[in-house]
Amino acid sequence: MAHGPAKGIGRWLRATNHKDIGTMYLWFSFTMFLLGGFFAMVIRAELFEPGMQIVKPEFFNQMTTMHGLIMVFGAIMPVFVGLANWMIPMMIGAPDMALPRLNNLSFWILPFGFSLLASTLFMPGGGPNFGWTFYAPLSTTYAPPTVNFFIFGIHIIGASSIMGSINIIATILNLRAPGMTLMKMPLFVWTWLITAFLLIAVMPVLAGAVTMMLMDINFGTSFFNAAGGGDPVLFQHVFWFFGHPEVYIIIIPAFGVISAIIPTFSRKPLFGYSSMVYATAAIAFLSFIVWAHHMFTVGMPLAGELYFMYATMLIAVPTGVKVFNWITTMFRGAITYETPMLFAIAFVILFTIGGFTGLMLAIAPADIQYQDSYFVVAHFHYVMVAGALFSSTAAVYYWIPKWTGRMYNEAMGKVHFWVSFVAFNVTFFPQHFLGLAGMPRRYADYSLQFADWNMVSSIGAFAYGASQLLFLYNVIATIVAGRKISDPKVWEGAEGLEWTVPTPAPYHTFSTPPAFK
Amino acid sequence: MVSKAKRLVTGGIGALALLPLIHAIAAEPAAQPEGWNLLNMPKGVTSVSQNVYDIHMVVIWICVWIGVAVFGVMFYSMFAHRKSRGHQPANFHESTKVELAWTIIPALILIVMAFPATKSLKHLYDTSEADLDIKITGSQWKWRYDYLGKDVGFMSQLATSQASIYGTAPKTEFYLEEVTEPLVIPVGKKVRLLMTATDVIHSWWVPDLAVKRDAIPGFVNETWARVDKPGIYRGRCAELCGKDHAFMPIVVNAVPEAEFNTWLAKKQSEAVALRALTEKTFTRDELMTKGEAVFAHTCAGCHGATGEGIPGVFPALKGSKIALGPVAGHLNIVVNGKSGTAMQAFGAQLSEVDLAAVITYERNAWGNKSEDNIVQPVDVFKVKKGQ
Repeated sequence: MAHGPAKGIGRWLRATNHKDIGTMYLWFSFTMFLLGGFFAMVIRAELFEPGMQIVKPEFFNQMTTMHGLIMVFGAIMPVFVGLANWMIPMMIGAPDMALPRLNNLSFWILPFGFSLLASTLFMPGGGPNFGWTFYAPLSTTYAPPTVNFFIFGIHIIGASSIMGSINIIATILNLRAPGMTLMKMPLFVWTWLITAFLLIAVMPVLAGAVTMMLMDINFGTSFFNAAGGGDPVLFQHVFWFFGHPEVYIIIIPAFGVISAIIPTFSRKPLFGYSSMVYATAAIAFLSFIVWAHHMFTVGMPLAGELYFMYATMLIAVPTGVKVFNWITTMFRGAITYETPMLFAIAFVILFTIGGFTGLMLAIAPADIQYQDSYFVVAHFHYVMVAGALFSSTAAVYYWIPKWTGRMYNEAMGKVHFWVSFVAFNVTFFPQHFLGLAGMPRRYADYSLQFADWNMVSSIGAFAYGASQLLFLYNVIATIVAGRKISDPKVWEGAEGLEWTVPTPAPYHTFSTPPAFK
Repeated sequence: MVSKAKRLVTGGIGALALLPLIHAIAAEPAAQPEGWNLLNMPKGVTSVSQNVYDIHMVVIWICVWIGVAVFGVMFYSMFAHRKSRGHQPANFHESTKVELAWTIIPALILIVMAFPATKSLKHLYDTSEADLDIKITGSQWKWRYDYLGKDVGFMSQLATSQASIYGTAPKTEFYLEEVTEPLVIPVGKKVRLLMTATDVIHSWWVPDLAVKRDAIPGFVNETWARVDKPGIYRGRCAELCGKDHAFMPIVVNAVPEAEFNTWLAKKQSEAVALRALTEKTFTRDELMTKGEAVFAHTCAGCHGATGEGIPGVFPALKGSKIALGPVAGHLNIVVNGKSGTAMQAFGAQLSEVDLAAVITYERNAWGNKSEDNIVQPVDVFKVKKGQ
């Protein structure tokens, strides 16, 4: 029992402890977040006014591509894996993850995958410049030579995700405390169980897509090359068969985080637990059968178009159920507004707005106008930033006292929240207007009628970027010099096994299974 | 819609978070919205675009009302059920009846939305009985318009200068929205648009026409537009297609039918005259002057204004083996392109005269001096015919 962490760098390189690996995932993710954020700042600086001022169009395309890839695969996916590592064993009363060495491997290949990817920016021809959706043949026949590094980077990242998912499923299905039946698990655990199955289902599809690209580029096949009898649209079908579940992979663990935070600060149990589980499962199932709604302008037959429109509209039903449940949880509670709760409430509002625009995008005839415009950019940043990112920020504020035994600075947290909230909306709300009025996404330059809102959006983006440095400062200050606390139950309204272990959480928890009623 | 907006704003409860959205919708779209008035989708000038606009507004309003109701409850609760007001938490946590209600009611709302959407989509897909067929071909980074069966076809590309883009010249009113030659269509006629591409995927989007359709190599997509109002309508490429994705605008000039017929006849006679020029022998200076102009808008995008290329991406022409080597190789790569690269088959895009001029220019400019350094249109013609 009394065996603490190893000394020196070996603790991290040979880490098998779920808390250490979780910590590494979180820091890795934050590093990638800053890198991807820096790329976003370059993009917004170039778009500050019409004309090309700072970068050349070919570099601009590398920035948009790398921003997307780094944020999706490097920042948001790993942050939730980090949270899963830290919290799932503590929530289900397990001593560690089921497969600790696999856990080490799935983390440690990530830095190599992203180094491979980011290093392309310094190579002749530049990095990937074909968008994070890398449509063929722009990403095959017309790609820069560094595309092979991109492909291997994706392979490594995908392998990491698959290993991480296997570990999470094995942990949840095998290591729960006696008495914790599936329908008694915390919702965060449920959402991760579902997410892990999604990952195992679709990461191989992504691997298949990039492998076909590799063959087309290097070995003379013509999967996506029309001149050789191939089909460029096939790429989009394969990509979005991965890509649509992928966006739910990103958002479903966020649902779990919000479902933990809102009851705590409302001092009232989560409303409709079982309907939350079923709604999450329904969303996951629907995610597999709606992929071509990303392709409404590609020239599908009318019947296909109608099917994908109807199926996509259905997603609004389970998503609505979740939002209604959160709000009913707050209803007649005793609400307080600590930083995690502020971010969680902002999540509910902004994610719902992202859901509304999502419903609009599902309407195929109207999507003809929205497709590939800034309206889409606004939509997915409402769900990705205000959804996934706000929820993971909320999670860090919520659990950091348990992780470190120190309280973060509440005033600074609130400043961080308000600047983030305002700046986020200043950045992304005007992008709805730009898109509706006809500005396409991934544009390095634009005509004059778009100038005003672009400038507003850029100003918001700079403020949003700066506010994240405040977050970094607050986290470091908490770890180094935060007020010490020792109450196992950090938050008055918190429920669950993770709040029964001492604060800070010891290196090894639940070496013997806890009693669970 | 405006009266609804007013009611909402005056009677709105808890709608604070939605104010920007309401503002967006309440503002009547101006003729050419710009600056702060640029807020909403244009109504456009086709039956499809009107249709799409109406559905867009209906769905927005449904979302706004749902948002007002849902966020209204939430904001009420956030205010009234604060711990600091001494509110004691209740302990209810499930109700099958409530869950069923908020599953079934949204589903019904969705069904209501699906009807007009289906009708509109069917209308949008009905490309039958067109009066005129135009083939639109996307290439990196320009469009080609071919009037099928009319023997008229031309390239249309960005007319804004590089100087204007890079800030050494002022930006004029139609910055990045002006082209060398617009697509001309007759008003009141159903025009079928057939989309394809020669290299990567492009997407032809004109918001006022509510036409956005991907132009995909190896595919021919079709859609249609019947413009009711004469005017100039501007659009853009909507699918990332490489470096100059933002620099391949679309301009559609919708004119009355008589004017269109006059224009078409003029283009047809121009085409005949151009073919006659193929047999003419040009002087070196004539070719150089013309070649410089062709190079600037067709080749300089990749190969650079002074033929320096972009290292690692697009080869330089200055001192290149092909520009200094035998003329046959130079003709071949320009006319037929190089498969597997961004080098297009310009034989399909430029006239014999333009091709001869630009090849002559490339072989003589920037200190390039190859032995047989003049190419005549007839040489190009022979290559095109495979002689």
